[in-house]
Amino acid sequence: MSTERIEGELGAFRDEYPDAANVVRKLFAVSFAALGIGGLFGLIQALHRTGVFRFIPSKDYYTVLTGHGVLLALVFTIFFLCGIFTWSIVDSLERPLESVTFTKTWVAIMSTGSTMAGVAILAGFVGEIPFQADVLFTFYPPLQAHPIFYIGLALFIIGTWLAGIDWFRTYWNWRGDNPGQSPPLRTFMVLMTMLMWYLSTLGVAVEVVFFLIPWSLGLIQAVDPLLMRTLFWYFGHPVVYFWLMPAYLIWYTILPKLAGGRLFSDPLARIVFVLFLVLSTPVGFHHQYMDPGIPEGFKFLAMSNTMFLLLPSLLTAFTVVASMEYGARRNGGTGYLSWLRNLPWGEPAFAAMALAGLMFAAGGFSGMVNAGMNVNYLVHNTLWVPGHFHLTVGTAVALTFMGVTYWLWPQLTGKRLQHRTLATIQPYLWFVGMTLMSNAMHRGGLAGIPRRTAEPQYENFEFEALFGTIGEIRWQIALGGILLTLSLTLFLIVVVGTWLVDRSAIAVDGDLPPALSGPEEAPRAINNLRLWLVIAVVLVALAYGPPLYTMIQDGLFYPGQPPQPTALEPLWEVLL
Amino acid sequence: MHIHRFEKVWLALALVFILGLISTIAYGAVGPGIEMIDAEGGTVDPQNLDETEFADPGVEQVGEDEYEVYVVAKQFSFEPGTPANGVIRVPANSEVTFYVTSQDVVHGFEVVGTNLNTMAIPGQVSKMTVEFGDAATYGIVCNEYCGAAHHAMEGRIVVVPESEYEGPGATNATSGNETTTNASVAAAQQVAGSATEVTA
Repeated sequence: MSTERIEGELGAFRDEYPDAANVVRKLFAVSFAALGIGGLFGLIQALHRTGVFRFIPSKDYYTVLTGHGVLLALVFTIFFLCGIFTWSIVDSLERPLESVTFTKTWVAIMSTGSTMAGVAILAGFVGEIPFQADVLFTFYPPLQAHPIFYIGLALFIIGTWLAGIDWFRTYWNWRGDNPGQSPPLRTFMVLMTMLMWYLSTLGVAVEVVFFLIPWSLGLIQAVDPLLMRTLFWYFGHPVVYFWLMPAYLIWYTILPKLAGGRLFSDPLARIVFVLFLVLSTPVGFHHQYMDPGIPEGFKFLAMSNTMFLLLPSLLTAFTVVASMEYGARRNGGTGYLSWLRNLPWGEPAFAAMALAGLMFAAGGFSGMVNAGMNVNYLVHNTLWVPGHFHLTVGTAVALTFMGVTYWLWPQLTGKRLQHRTLATIQPYLWFVGMTLMSNAMHRGGLAGIPRRTAEPQYENFEFEALFGTIGEIRWQIALGGILLTLSLTLFLIVVVGTWLVDRSAIAVDGDLPPALSGPEEAPRAINNLRLWLVIAVVLVALAYGPPLYTMIQDGLFYPGQPPQPTALEPLWEVLL
Repeated sequence: MHIHRFEKVWLALALVFILGLISTIAYGAVGPGIEMIDAEGGTVDPQNLDETEFADPGVEQVGEDEYEVYVVAKQFSFEPGTPANGVIRVPANSEVTFYVTSQDVVHGFEVVGTNLNTMAIPGQVSKMTVEFGDAATYGIVCNEYCGAAHHAMEGRIVVVPESEYEGPGATNATSGNETTTNASVAAAQQVAGSATEVTA
């Protein structure tokens, strides 16, 4: 198999760029720690809400859920992608870190921020500590967390902004040395993703810095809950592309090589990323279809943008499958579909990414249902929604990240991948576990079972499944959760085991072959970052300008609401 | 730039597919007339609901077969909706307009198994009109996390046969004092009894 080449003298990334490798290892370490804890929380939830096994009080379920959301959706994903992006920039521009101090600074700021938010969340388990952040991943006010939660989040975001500056600076210096050249594909993808990130994090930054931090400190009395939701979702949808675009980077640049081939088309890959920059942000209202106070026209506009956002994903599906087919045929594959047998399914890195892509297709279809604004009535805030995003971020992204780890971790550590058998089983176990859990969640959602609920068993009515039974749905969720946790444990054993062994010649070839259709075939405008950013800003202004203006016309803080207790008893009753 | 022939076909199909999806939604709005929750409900001051139309939430008859229901969502019940506050009771074959708001945090108002579903946001009024057919009982569930006892926040809508409907006043809690609260609990139990009859 072509992926299993003998190396040794081909220097590992670690040897060529020791500082960068060191930073990426640290980012991955934080990411995997968050993955471990967040995954464990997920298991507790799967067992608790299905009633299979409850060992925490139901009020603590929400602390667990907040931890699960923040640790996995923000810490695991973003630390990992910062590692991947650092590697992509350094490796594709062939330049070491511009300034190790600067890089370490943003890593430290991100880590401090996550630690503060994490402490605030975990303190929710301990009644004696006056901190809590039982506000879930979306922290909708007027539920209020301790100020260190919001300050931690703000620091975390600032850290990612500095990371982007680091990567842009490297690119600008490279451009100075290589005038007139188009940036390598991986660099282009990182830069487009970061432009999208700068544009979209403005929303959450304004929400947290100008409203929630002063409000949690008591400097302002009340905030407008609808305005806060709107600012959150201005950021809340693009953040899913912030998770997804690194997975796309991996599918475009590494997966074809693992399949034994080459990327089909470099220019089309760039077009896909341009579309993501332009369309990712002006769609946030599709999370607010059920919100009052937003005119229908703007919901329709957001929906149309969302549907067009399918385009880059559909194009990706084509390119990725075509690149894999090319690889399979080079390995002797023939026929319409029998070439699938000539793919390296026994290679954990390849298998993880290919299975992740397959699940992403399923997630894409359930996403189309979410996006349809009148169909959304049936599924909004039901279990369907987490069923959907456990296919997208929970598999397409997470399993791809695990897959690329099997390939990159040896290059970062200079050590041979350990426990190969476990690594080979792991992606398949994840796939089976997620199939069970996610199909059941989707069906539970159609029956009306709400998401984010500790005990979705009610006195006034009973849920009726469209097909299957509610009992069977609950068991599949619990069993799926157990298999996923098992798979996660295998992954962590492989990673830690590899890290702990002594160095030896690694069996990974880190070189990535060029695309069949290279960057020189792209129209010149494609690399014009400024042009795409301007178009993105204009679209955002059209989608958000008028509704935001209406919301703040009656005052920035009106209709306002002071903090509401998240505890069952008012504070004074507890004290008396 | 070279684009493979298959990829061109795929691109065209993708565009047709996307436009098709958008047109199904447009058709849903124009054909069956599915309206979106929008800004029509207006705003209220969540700190002074007593001075608004939500001071005395409940069911009101506004036309021959037309009713309005004002619902306040709060930690951790619906008023009306949760049995302790009086369930929502409307006659069969009626057109009902719901006005939903929250007096504290963000809640959800989901009528299980139907497309009656909205967020209840402090300061905003969700307005939606639905048609109820035959007599039935529906569950209401809060589908947005609203605090430590979120999972206990539920309620019921009872659609009673037109002949048995005694008017909206029968189930309403009319003011905040203790006597009427007790009365509404008793009324809710009555409703529960009649609902059983309907479904049996």
